[in-house]
Amino acid sequence: MSKIVFERPKALCDVATHYCPGCTHGIVHRLVAQAIDDLGVEGKTIGVAPVGCSVFAYNYFNCDMIEAAHGRAPAVATGVKRVLPDSVVFTYQGDGDLIAIGTAETVHVGARGENITIIFINNAIYGMTGGQMAPTSLLGQKTTTSPYGRKKEIQGNPIRVCELMATLDGTAYCARVAVDTVPHINEAKRAIKKAFQTQIDKKGFSIIEVLSTCPTNWGLTPTEALEWVRTDMIPHYPLGVYKDITGEDEAK
Amino acid sequence: MTKSFILAGFGGQGILFAGRQLAACGMAKGYNVSWLPSYGPEMRGGTCNCSVIISDEEIGSPIVTNPNYAVVFNLPSFDKFEPLVQSRGTMFVDSTLVNKISWRDDISGYYIPATKLAEDNGLVGGANVVMLGKVVAVTKLFTRDEFLKSMAASIPASKAQLMENNTKAFDIGMGYK
Amino acid sequence: MAKVLMKGNEAIAESAIRHGCLHYFGYPITPQTEIAEYMAKRMPKVGGVCLQAESEVAAINMVLGAASAGARAMTSSSSPGISLKCEGISYLIGSDLPCLIVNIQRGSPGLGSIQPSQQDYYQATKALGHGDSQVPVLAPSSVQELADLTGVAFDIGDKYRTPVMLLADGALGQMMEPVELAPEGQTVLPEKPWAANGHENKRKRNIINSLYIQPDVLEKIVLERYKRYEQIEENEIRCENYMTEDADVILVSYGITSRICKTAVGMARQKGIKAGLFRPITLWPYPKKQLMALADQAKKFLVVELNMGQMVDDVKVSIESKKPVHFFGRTGGMMPSPGDVLRAIESEGGVR
Repeated sequence: MSKIVFERPKALCDVATHYCPGCTHGIVHRLVAQAIDDLGVEGKTIGVAPVGCSVFAYNYFNCDMIEAAHGRAPAVATGVKRVLPDSVVFTYQGDGDLIAIGTAETVHVGARGENITIIFINNAIYGMTGGQMAPTSLLGQKTTTSPYGRKKEIQGNPIRVCELMATLDGTAYCARVAVDTVPHINEAKRAIKKAFQTQIDKKGFSIIEVLSTCPTNWGLTPTEALEWVRTDMIPHYPLGVYKDITGEDEAK
Repeated sequence: MTKSFILAGFGGQGILFAGRQLAACGMAKGYNVSWLPSYGPEMRGGTCNCSVIISDEEIGSPIVTNPNYAVVFNLPSFDKFEPLVQSRGTMFVDSTLVNKISWRDDISGYYIPATKLAEDNGLVGGANVVMLGKVVAVTKLFTRDEFLKSMAASIPASKAQLMENNTKAFDIGMGYK
Repeated sequence: MAKVLMKGNEAIAESAIRHGCLHYFGYPITPQTEIAEYMAKRMPKVGGVCLQAESEVAAINMVLGAASAGARAMTSSSSPGISLKCEGISYLIGSDLPCLIVNIQRGSPGLGSIQPSQQDYYQATKALGHGDSQVPVLAPSSVQELADLTGVAFDIGDKYRTPVMLLADGALGQMMEPVELAPEGQTVLPEKPWAANGHENKRKRNIINSLYIQPDVLEKIVLERYKRYEQIEENEIRCENYMTEDADVILVSYGITSRICKTAVGMARQKGIKAGLFRPITLWPYPKKQLMALADQAKKFLVVELNMGQMVDDVKVSIESKKPVHFFGRTGGMMPSPGDVLRAIESEGGVR
């Protein structure tokens, strides 16, 4: 008798994605879908897709989905959550969406402690438009709009989102994870599930920053790209939990 | 019948409140009414004014440029609106704060030391209602009881005690010769 | 129900609540801030939400989220703030989401003035968002109409799945007039089976979206939307004729300006000039047929607006340029007096 040891999470649609070979979006989609499955909340989950590579995310998740304007997903999620406080609302956003054009919306959902979850894909580049500099591109990183390498005197410095969001009083849970190795993926899985749980427990705003790859626009092979996460990204964007008030006594 | 008012003075003198009382009483009496405040930086302590129209016809423009009645509480307002009052119109002037009279012979003027009357009677801030007393007495648009009833209805229950002072101030104005 | 004396801005807010809108998202800007203040006071008492957003941009996108979830939602602003909302409005249109957007116009362009104006006519009626898109625009001219048309706007929005704009100005927003409000708690909201409110494992997932990567699919979607616009034109046009039966000179004016025109029409009549007023209440769709019906009888038209003549083209198109169309307006936040309009009637088209 055979036993199923691995299958598609129910919250993930049975369709082929548009992502490039070697891109880690697929892994993160799966982790999000697994969290939704594990918590049994697909029926009351509403996802908000961004503009960027994950613009088609609404085609991949089995829950109700909304496609937002560039950078506005946190505001859209706020609107949904204020109408349906008992629902589970998440946004799935890239670095340009979250911390360039959508900086105000991102900071303010944190400040308000909006009871939603942001899944933030940081791959240090604009993927959909073909490899332009992102707010999280590293100093020295070559992109089509920083062809000589990002210089702080010219293009400014990359933004560390978890460190920033952790300073906000409304942020309940905030962690940076990576999906470059199996242990890191397991770590990421736990963090994403915990973020959703934080929301279900109505403890406030949660954000998971996922260091992700973009082999196509980085000009690397998938394995080289995973290596670059370890050698270049993690030193600048250290992994870990930046804020967690979920264990604290609520009555306090 | 269409009667138009401009009430004008400094922010904080209760100009907009006074105008609203006229409009509210007009409404209670079944007239068409409109009340339009000046708004903007002048709201923050400069001069402010409002237009009130009371009519038994549909009100067209709510903006009053040439009022039948001008009720002024400071000098800049006197200077601004005195020339604009309609011929055979009337000015009500708080003479405590405006040391000037109109030389126009086609309008009538009432000079009431409303601020002083209010202060002398322990009704600081009540000059606007003192003036309303005189306005109602002269225009005869409303009776004393109609006006006080309407004013009482416009004051929230939590501030009902204010009505006693308002009545006092109104009567001082109404009786001022 | 007894009349109450209310500011225009407050009447909009109270009427919205009475028409089942329990979600308001806004940002302070003169001369419409009373709407947000009123909502902040009232919403908690009726179990609703009033949220001051971090920007106009965020506010309109919160409306998009709330509308996606199936709620009656609204935002309000004044001219510069509406420009910021235009992106979101295009997404609302593209996602077929109903909502109410209130514009209490002020002098423009740029930061402009804060005095009443009608300078956003083009923006509201021609291009409130990018793309092939329209938004029904209602132009009230009294506090009573502000209240009534707020309800109408929500109904049109839900019926045709479109954002709707209530276009007024600083004078209407700030002025007080007696108003009779709709009774409380009697609005029956329509079912919204398309809403993204959680499928509860009982239906297929709903997707709210404005992205269609295949041009042939997008074309179909746009064509279907324009079919709905045709229905709106057929069913929802509103206008008022005032003394036009025998008029030689027909003023065309909306909102606060139409009231000044009414007074001017009366003054003109007293002078023996046969003047009348045609007042479009829906500015989009424009009451073309209704205006065309006056084209044979009238000798001249006079458009009166608080702008540089933005409605003139719509009048010319409506009457197929059968008669001369003149214009009189003030801009920058200035307001003409009825006497000014009378002089315009006399100089541009006074026919004794």
